[in-house]
Amino acid sequence: MGSMSDIIFMFLFFFMVITTMREATLKVKFQPPKATEIQKLEKKSLVANIYIGAPISKNENTLPPGKVSVQLNDQTIKAEDLAADVRDFIGTEKESRSEEDKNKLTFSLKVDKDVQMRYVNTIKNELRQNNALKINYATGKKSEMNK
Amino acid sequence: MARKAPGINTGSSADISFLLLTFFLLTSSINTEQGIPRRLPPPKEKDAKEQKIDINQRNVMTVVVNFQDLVSVNGEQIDISQLKQTAMEFLENASNDPHKPEKKYVEIDNMGEYAVSQGVISLTNDQGTTYNMYVQVQNELQRAVNELRDKVATNYFGKKYDVLDTALQKSIQKAVPMNISEAPPIDYGKTE
Repeated sequence: MGSMSDIIFMFLFFFMVITTMREATLKVKFQPPKATEIQKLEKKSLVANIYIGAPISKNENTLPPGKVSVQLNDQTIKAEDLAADVRDFIGTEKESRSEEDKNKLTFSLKVDKDVQMRYVNTIKNELRQNNALKINYATGKKSEMNK
Repeated sequence: MARKAPGINTGSSADISFLLLTFFLLTSSINTEQGIPRRLPPPKEKDAKEQKIDINQRNVMTVVVNFQDLVSVNGEQIDISQLKQTAMEFLENASNDPHKPEKKYVEIDNMGEYAVSQGVISLTNDQGTTYNMYVQVQNELQRAVNELRDKVATNYFGKKYDVLDTALQKSIQKAVPMNISEAPPIDYGKTE
């Protein structure tokens, strides 16, 4: 019976190592759209997340014209700092990775499904300007067509 | 006097570890990053003007999604469930219809001479389009390309596209390219 608990401990540690707690606490509502033609991103370490959605609390910075916030890492960004904050974010993400990983870095746009495209387009433009061209539209998986 | 100290009762350690295991299973997520990968075009130089590339009308399929999430192809509104079929017929042009894209014979590794469609899908969104609809349109267009690729792959190599090895996949990508051009978005709410 003693070995049973050893096995269980092993499983426990295995899961603790393999699965990850969500790094940043979500400050925006994020429910991804569902799609069928999706691919899995290979290495989690080569992914940087940008969250766009309605803020959860009233104290978050929102972008005009509406009530949508953009969250980079764990801060929502202010409208007037948008270009600078995105540029800095891209810079930091690139810096913290090795030479060869820099070009494999993918920016995953985690956008809530009800967000209007204007906010997504603003962020896409900023990414383009900063040569962060590899992006991913985060989605859930839909099993087959017709809703 | 050496007396064997009573050992700690370890019978319950299995219970405790079951509990901890269940806890971790439920609270953590195997956060598989998944989605639709894309490559953005390189940034426009500030001085470069909009390059007018002469494209033959027959080679373009214009898809517009408006602020009410309604999809139209070449000016006609369609239901999104029809989009994939329309895109497939456009790209495949099986009957070499003169109103559909031209094909150019290209020498492709492992495939010989292949008639590559010169078709381009031009996608325009409104700033008010919901992200969900944007992704659905991307998904349907991707489905059209993927199904065409599967068709060609089965014809040439007897297998579907995703089970081919990388070199053959590259050939299929050249045979059935993913040519979606995103035009600058319109903004119904604003007058200009």
